[in-house]
Amino acid sequence: MANKIIAFVEQRDGEIKKSSLEVLKQGAVIATDTNTSIEAVIIGNEINNLDDIGKYGVSKITHLKNSELANYSVSAYTALLLSFAEESEANIFLFANTAMGNDLAPALAIKLNCGIVVDCIELEVEDNQLVATRPVYAGKALTVVKSNSEKTIFTLRPNVFTIGNISDERAEVIVKDIAEVNLTNKVISVAKVEGKLDVTEADIIVSGGRGLKAPENFGMIEEVASLLGAATGASRAAVDAGWRPHSEQVGQTGKTVSPNLYIAVGISGAIQHLAGMQSSKYIVAINKDKDAPIFGVADYGIAGDAFEIVPALIEELKKK
Amino acid sequence: MKIVVCVNHVPDTATKINIASDKKSIDNTGVTFVINPYDEFAIEEALKTKEIFGGEVVALSLGTEANKETIKKTLAMGADSAVLLRTDLELDSLVVARALANEIKNIEPELVFMGKQSVDYDSSIMGQLVANILDYNIVSTATSFNLDGNKIIAEREIEGGKETIETSLPAVITAQKGLNEPRYASLKGIMVAKRKVIEEKEIKVAENTVTIVEMKKPIAKEAGKIIGDDASAVPELVRLLKEEAKVI
Ligand SMILES: Cc1cc2nc3c(=O)[nH]c(=O)nc-3n(C[C@H](O)[C@H](O)[C@H](O)COP(=O)(O)OP(=O)(O)OC[C@H]3O[C@@H](n4cnc5c(N)ncnc54)[C@H](O)[C@@H]3O)c2cc1C
Ligand SMILES: Nc1ncnc2c1ncn2[C@@H]1O[C@H](COP(=O)(O)O)[C@@H](O)[C@H]1O
Repeated sequence: MANKIIAFVEQRDGEIKKSSLEVLKQGAVIATDTNTSIEAVIIGNEINNLDDIGKYGVSKITHLKNSELANYSVSAYTALLLSFAEESEANIFLFANTAMGNDLAPALAIKLNCGIVVDCIELEVEDNQLVATRPVYAGKALTVVKSNSEKTIFTLRPNVFTIGNISDERAEVIVKDIAEVNLTNKVISVAKVEGKLDVTEADIIVSGGRGLKAPENFGMIEEVASLLGAATGASRAAVDAGWRPHSEQVGQTGKTVSPNLYIAVGISGAIQHLAGMQSSKYIVAINKDKDAPIFGVADYGIAGDAFEIVPALIEELKKK
Repeated sequence: MKIVVCVNHVPDTATKINIASDKKSIDNTGVTFVINPYDEFAIEEALKTKEIFGGEVVALSLGTEANKETIKKTLAMGADSAVLLRTDLELDSLVVARALANEIKNIEPELVFMGKQSVDYDSSIMGQLVANILDYNIVSTATSFNLDGNKIIAEREIEGGKETIETSLPAVITAQKGLNEPRYASLKGIMVAKRKVIEEKEIKVAENTVTIVEMKKPIAKEAGKIIGDDASAVPELVRLLKEEAKVI
């Protein structure tokens, strides 16, 4: 099957993204299972701790480097990735299903004329062929798919593939200085919500809904989040009311998340909300209506008033 | 300026999904189909752009006879004309992208608007695929869009923030929520749309590159326990999270 696997590693501000480490680890597992080789590629300028990726089972990484590549540019990154992929003669390409991976993977699929399977939550070897499982209809169904083409690109949903044990190996880093950069698509600025964790990258999410009644009441949600090192999320009702930014919306028309812990406060659990969060490993619901559908997916629930329970939760968490 | 907007016809997000007996697709019985929610933002942006710069908006959809419902809605909102690429086959994203791109080549638009994602297969790649086939610039998951001559300034959502992008026409833009507030079709719009013809085209398609081996329901999460109904349950909740779930 695979003669070679290439994992695309993503950096932002010179730091490797956690979702890419998951991709490396999963790629290394597949490489072992199929007795093939794997290597990684990264595009950027100064990048920290590149040889660290050895810990995840990938022993070689090529760094395509230029100061103009510090920020992501879909045109520049696509062009470089394409020539790298063509030269490598690899037949399996792995990306994280992130804003960046989601741009580059389909571009590569067209240029290499090969199959693409996005947002995989499982990727396994069966009869020497890769079989992927991915959610469709917002997780209301799963499809198991195989590629018929010689080369295939897979993108992996962040936070699903576990990293598990890591070794203390170091990777060989090959730096290639890039002379020319295609900036027909150029990022002219990046606005980060300072100090805030994005829901798609968080291990714990604390979300609030219409049950919180007013935007100022999200103060207590933020406090729980900060005590737990969590991101804050919201239901569409809270976003549509203008209480929270859209970037926090979890659900079918918001973000799909699978953290270790999802705490839903004053959220009824409409099908579109569940679609975005039901694959979380643990779910806690706080809702005063004991018949709210959110309790149907919750591991632990408290069927009571959030305005009483959340302050008590804050006190309890401060104790430790 | 010529503008194309791609619209898809998908199951309503509130629909319960059941697997068909072939175990490879969903059972459409009783399922309400609607215009893909993100495509409404794409239509609105196409119409707004036309209102500022003049030109025409062509609605493009690939699918079955049923897609006409979504096309009619697009026309009622204000699109000038429409093309339906007729097929009853289940096609993968690459094949759909090639067919859409082929038709877009005939139309030769400066701008193509799409939704960032179809809420059926949730692929989120059609815009990027089409842009790469056509060699157009791309801004995906756009939350703002501005045109100044040939120059595009747009914002797109990324993890934990936003990027502002500068690029140029011709381009494909995929719409994220927040880009605009889609308009409702006016009564007049609905009447006018009734008189517009939808141009239908048969398409030749290539083989799918990926095949669905099986479609199945996810293992349903079992409901856990309700620990209590007031603040006195909080210490027990925290203990369970620490000791049983080990997540905090
Ligand atoms: C096309 C489409 C896409 C959609 N996409 C999304 C999406 O991506 N994400 C999403 O979330 N929704 C989405 N929705 C909306 C969804 O259908 C629901 O309307 C929404 O999730 C409801 O938000 P909510 O649970 O905050 O509000 P409600 O349903 O109003 O629930 C509020 C809950 O708070 C509880 N409550 C009230 N007071 C208290 C209190 N003092 N203490 C504790 N609990 C209290 C109530 O019992 C109730 O259960 C979509 C809908 C459509 C049509
Ligand atoms: N069959 C189709 N006909 C027209 N447009 C489509 C079709 N499928 C996808 N699209 C467009 O591509 C966008 C993204 O779809 P997807 O990549 O399939 O999630 C949608 O919001 C539509 O604008």
